[in-house]
Amino acid sequence: MQLAVWTYEGPPHVGAMRVATAMEKLHYVLHAPQGDTYADLLFTMIERRGKRPPVTYTTFEARDLGKDTAQIFQDAAREAVTRFNPQAIIVGASCTAELIQDDPAGLAEAMGLPCPAIPLELPSYQRKENWGAAETFYQIVRTLADRSVTREPREGRPARANILGPTALGFRHRDDLVEIRKILVQLGVEVNLVAPLGATPEDIRNIGAADFNIVLYPEIADEAARWLERTFAQPCVRTVPIGVGATRSFIADVAELAGADPTPALGDTSSRMPWWSRSVDSTYLTGKRVFIFGDATHAVAAARIAREELGFEVCGLGCYAREFARDVRAEAARCGVEALITDDHLAVEDAIAAAAPELVLGTQMERHIAKRLGIPCAVISAPVHVQDFPARHSPQMGFEGANVIFDTWVHPLVMGLEEHLLTMFREDFEFSDEAGASHHAAHSPRRAPVADAVSEAPVEDIPAPAMAEEVGTLWTAEAERELKKIPFFVRGKARRNTENFAAAEGRRQIDLETLYDAKAHYAR
Amino acid sequence: MNALDLLDGCAAEQARPAADAQRPILRERGQREVFCGLTGIIWLHRKMQDAFFLVVGSRTCAHLLQSAAGVMIFAEPRFATAIMEERDLAGMVDAQDELDRVVNRLLERRPDIRTLFLVGSCPSEVIKLDLAKAAQRLGAVHMPRVRILNYSGSGIETTFTQGEDACLAALVPVMRALPADAPKELLIVGSLPDIVEDQFLRLFADLGIASVGVLPARNARDLPAVGPNTRYILAQPFLGDTAMALEGRGAKRIEALFPFGVEGTSDWLRAAAREFGVDPALTEQVIAPGRERARIALSKLRPQLEGKRITFLPDSQLEVPLARFLQNELGMELVEVGTPYLHRAHLARELESFGAQVRLSEGQHVERQLDRVRADRPDITVCGLGLANPLEMEGLTTKWAIELVFSPIHGFDQAADLAELFARPLRRRDLLEV
Repeated sequence: MQLAVWTYEGPPHVGAMRVATAMEKLHYVLHAPQGDTYADLLFTMIERRGKRPPVTYTTFEARDLGKDTAQIFQDAAREAVTRFNPQAIIVGASCTAELIQDDPAGLAEAMGLPCPAIPLELPSYQRKENWGAAETFYQIVRTLADRSVTREPREGRPARANILGPTALGFRHRDDLVEIRKILVQLGVEVNLVAPLGATPEDIRNIGAADFNIVLYPEIADEAARWLERTFAQPCVRTVPIGVGATRSFIADVAELAGADPTPALGDTSSRMPWWSRSVDSTYLTGKRVFIFGDATHAVAAARIAREELGFEVCGLGCYAREFARDVRAEAARCGVEALITDDHLAVEDAIAAAAPELVLGTQMERHIAKRLGIPCAVISAPVHVQDFPARHSPQMGFEGANVIFDTWVHPLVMGLEEHLLTMFREDFEFSDEAGASHHAAHSPRRAPVADAVSEAPVEDIPAPAMAEEVGTLWTAEAERELKKIPFFVRGKARRNTENFAAAEGRRQIDLETLYDAKAHYAR
Repeated sequence: MNALDLLDGCAAEQARPAADAQRPILRERGQREVFCGLTGIIWLHRKMQDAFFLVVGSRTCAHLLQSAAGVMIFAEPRFATAIMEERDLAGMVDAQDELDRVVNRLLERRPDIRTLFLVGSCPSEVIKLDLAKAAQRLGAVHMPRVRILNYSGSGIETTFTQGEDACLAALVPVMRALPADAPKELLIVGSLPDIVEDQFLRLFADLGIASVGVLPARNARDLPAVGPNTRYILAQPFLGDTAMALEGRGAKRIEALFPFGVEGTSDWLRAAAREFGVDPALTEQVIAPGRERARIALSKLRPQLEGKRITFLPDSQLEVPLARFLQNELGMELVEVGTPYLHRAHLARELESFGAQVRLSEGQHVERQLDRVRADRPDITVCGLGLANPLEMEGLTTKWAIELVFSPIHGFDQAADLAELFARPLRRRDLLEV
């Protein structure tokens, strides 16, 4: 047993859901207990999709065990096919269903469904989310690809490529794809197919028609790409175009396979990153110590950008997936550090604390670690939270991606000029640790009581001047304690409303009654 | 006998021949779009600050907890998952030994833990890992410093808030026993936000009810006592097993509406006061200020909600009392009220006010239920986060249900906040011009 509070990856069936949700006209029938539908909200909330993931869960309960779970599975599969009319379904089990051994593959096969049913074997107690996505995509490609497809000779027609790897819930997959398409247009390369994102099972049949494949996210697409290499003799571009240098290599690699001229694409001057990085304000970035952690692809790309394009010093590098650890180890060696390969966030926290970096580049988890340690941080890799599925165009790949990366990484750092000023005025009281932020109204004068309230006050009331002085003691201790139970972010408003209300009512003292009377008064 | 059998038995035994006994209930089975009971940990660990929740389950369980906990990443969260691996299942290691190792490591790391819950999950229930035995064995080692208890929050046995029921039911046997001749005591059952709990405690003090316990207590080692003279009142509608466990210790339930809105809160307080022989005049005097405040506050929201049609999809078992509140006090029209489980005895009085045209459904076949929502086109649909955005995309206004479990909504002074939770999505719908 492994003790875990937070996990970098979900179970493998969530990886399968990412592939299914990315595709069109494909449905996933998942043998799983009641409750596993929680995974739907990753897609509807974090990625903000306006459609339910195309997943039917069998949601068996305790009372079903040992009698009819197999029947429940078949009923669910039949209903799903009738209702959603998919071109193909994938069938599999979640961790609990794996234990009850119902064999969804065999059950689906026996049903004679009107569409292909692709069985998935996802060992939940050994493997994780990315592996599940890769395996699912591979099984879909292997089952559906029409092996009789042949390519016509290259002469007189543009080269054609498959873009493989973008999925649902992928970190910036949506926008990366836009950038890659731009590059392919510049190189005159046609896109045969993007998969899994947006592809239908029918589209997958034609995957062999491309001249070569572009693997954008090896964690998801490498398994399928290797099979395509063997089956259709499709060569593969494996350079991941994150960073200016990597984008140039990517352009060169694609141009070579396509037999195209890379010059127009390489001459693209839309990347401001090289100049921003050379401008004098960036001098302060030199040698900033940076700790990098994430999935292998993004971590390695980030390390190269950090070293070669921003002039940082990489003081730690690691990834959470063992499957791709080799690339990370190689890059770590170039950085002169030892790679950290672990899925234990406590180990990452210890490593960050020990390395004492000035900037952390990582996942949502590292964001929290860095916050706790008081270190600036930027997010470079999944798992990420809702704010990292932004509305605006925010790729990581290509030249625009490099612009995005420059801004994202540099913002959390104190920029050169600010750093200079802070150093100069370090002894100034306004810059001491105790001083609050200047935009907080901590020292603004206290609001004077409303004049009307004073004039309407009963005769035995304290005279106006005394009342002004005693504004701070208007609250009874009990009411003050009650006020503190209100969340801090609305407490100020509650205090102000209550005081206004008390003043308007001519109440001298704010007790619990007044507090709640005011609350009722201001209810909308 | 599993938890569901117990619940059925409980309902059958206690159901009274209520007016709604013949009310038709749409019972469906199929895909259920609900959380499992593990989710209860998210609010229970905030309530019981000396307790730690260790789920024994799979990576899926850990992933669920972190997805549900969302941004609630604490410096030291008081829950974790012991993730079972291949070797635990293949019998290569003794699962009980592994559990001992994990628990010992955890307790070394966190000396502040005083109550540890071993929480069962689907995988641990299916392989029949005996967590009760493990709790007993580990408890013997770690008492008196740490008390170790167990319950199941698995999806195959529990739906969402039933996790709290299972947890509280596990606490009942370790509550201190009161003798048969002890003075009569009141016990409030169901976790409430601290601010709401304090309001209720103040009201009971004003009513002159001297001894009032709360389950769960803010400190899991500081549980109230229970005995034949204990009268308990449920603050939440999802506590079937806990109620049965308390009955087993001799306590008697005070029947009341659940304390939502003016009607519910008044009835709840009056029922307790009556049971404790409080002079009805004093009762009215004590509840009058709160009632009046709630009435004023609600009167401002009523125009926004009156006549609006609402559907509840099953989620927390709060659906029936909330629907009663929205219908009786805000004039909303109930289209369908879905609940994951209907405890007929505990909800008998709540159901009495439902009109015959209200469709009551128990259980779920999510696709068919969504077909009904699309056909009904209610003004607002209360549903989980997996369905909310997709329904909004179809042009249906929604209110996500989980917020109702995390927000303070009980009692007089939260009545308007509760109504506002339903008014806000409607107001926003009218406000947006893009």
